[in-house]
Amino acid sequence: MTKYYTEDHEWIAVTGNVATLGITDYAQAQLGDVVFVEVPSIGRKVKKGEETAVVESVKAASEVYAPVTGTVVAANEPLADSPITVNEDPEGAAWFCKIELADPSELEVLMDEAAYKAFVEGL
Amino acid sequence: MTTPVHADHDPHSEPLKTPLYDAHVALGARMVPFAGYLMPVQYEGILAEHAHCRAAAGLFDVSHMGQATLRGPDHATVARALEALVPADILGLEPGRQRYSQLLNERGGILDDLMVHRAPGADGPLGLVVNAARKVADYAHIAARLPDDVLLEIHEERALLALQGPEAADVLTSLGADVAGWDFMDVGPASIAGIPAVVSRSGYTGEDGFEISVNADTAAGLWTILTRDSRVRPIGLGARDSLRLEGGLCLYGHDIDETTTPVEAGLLWSIQKRRREDGGFPGADVVRAQIAEGVARKRVGIRPDGRAPARDGTEIVDGNGVAIGHVTSGGFGPTVGGPVAMGYVAAVHSRPGTSIGLVVRGKTLPAEIVFLPFVPARFHRAPK
Repeated sequence: MTKYYTEDHEWIAVTGNVATLGITDYAQAQLGDVVFVEVPSIGRKVKKGEETAVVESVKAASEVYAPVTGTVVAANEPLADSPITVNEDPEGAAWFCKIELADPSELEVLMDEAAYKAFVEGL
Repeated sequence: MTTPVHADHDPHSEPLKTPLYDAHVALGARMVPFAGYLMPVQYEGILAEHAHCRAAAGLFDVSHMGQATLRGPDHATVARALEALVPADILGLEPGRQRYSQLLNERGGILDDLMVHRAPGADGPLGLVVNAARKVADYAHIAARLPDDVLLEIHEERALLALQGPEAADVLTSLGADVAGWDFMDVGPASIAGIPAVVSRSGYTGEDGFEISVNADTAAGLWTILTRDSRVRPIGLGARDSLRLEGGLCLYGHDIDETTTPVEAGLLWSIQKRRREDGGFPGADVVRAQIAEGVARKRVGIRPDGRAPARDGTEIVDGNGVAIGHVTSGGFGPTVGGPVAMGYVAAVHSRPGTSIGLVVRGKTLPAEIVFLPFVPARFHRAPK
């Protein structure tokens, strides 16, 4: 499993040809208390940069963008019943969906953990 | 992920700080620009702060709001000068009482909403509290319309704190302020732990509570004394917004603005009988016609059926998908435990119980018109 990060504070964990998508701990802390989550339906085709999930705090709604192009092969439906999981375990239990990669070369432009850490420190 | 954007921030001007800025930073608050000030949006978290305010006592810094005094030879002169700008009965405002009103334009639209108070024994001065984002415009508007013998005095030297929640009165009483017997909207001087203040029993949460005006140089000391009480926790702008939304209270620039009248906004209760009959305020012809003939649209409470919040600007549709209005405030109601909203709909759709649709991210979600407030007000009414 290899983990990648975006400048929009999404992470994906890639195993084989499947990427699990979530938002980072930095992102959940910025959002504050999460009260609503919408995950995509299985089978949906998503393009890199496309709005794929929705996460809302008390204050504001945020879109979660797909860092890669592909097909949604799993969705974390129970997350809708416990949105606060996004605050409690953003990089674990609070994954939104799994995307089967259409173009693994898209991973090359994403950040690794060290690069993302440096990026966040610079914010 | 898109990052939340906070409203009312002008990136071109350096934000101001209230006298409590250092106290907020010391408490670990997340500071955001709001109405020209750097204000705490949250300390421990919006949900926890919201719940604490409804259960015990929440302390708010609202020093960004505008505090001013109208001064003149006697109450009648000053009251008449203000009545030329607002639709409330100010002449009949008793000493030691406060009243909610609105500055209106010639079309009956709301330039700002404000609190007006008359101190005990006052025969002339009237205290005003206006919204931070509107205060510069309000002061210019008021000053330009006063008779020669009435003056507007602006209190930049004062800070404003709010202590809200069921324990608020006990907290102030334990610090020596004799406020236990006060009625909702009573106003007067009080000494809180020896600090002189002008206090009103009012607020913006739907709870019992107090707004406390003090000299800026005593604000940090009072804040520290209040936060030392275990019943008191600081509350940021985030929970202030969710508390007032559940309380069905209007936020200027969202639920009311220059295009909405007090009648459309459901604020007719704030226009007393004499003013409805006699008029004499800006837009009186429009307002009185709306009272007599009804309005085309009304502010309503909205309860989405599902979990998705409907934010400000969300389109409201009827059962056939036809647009009938829009949301003006919306989000998650922590005490309600689900999404809540307010907005304007065509009057024919405004009856509580009416099914409507909310267009959120391209999908029409079912919702219902409901009575306001979402959480019953717990204002303190002293026994007569």
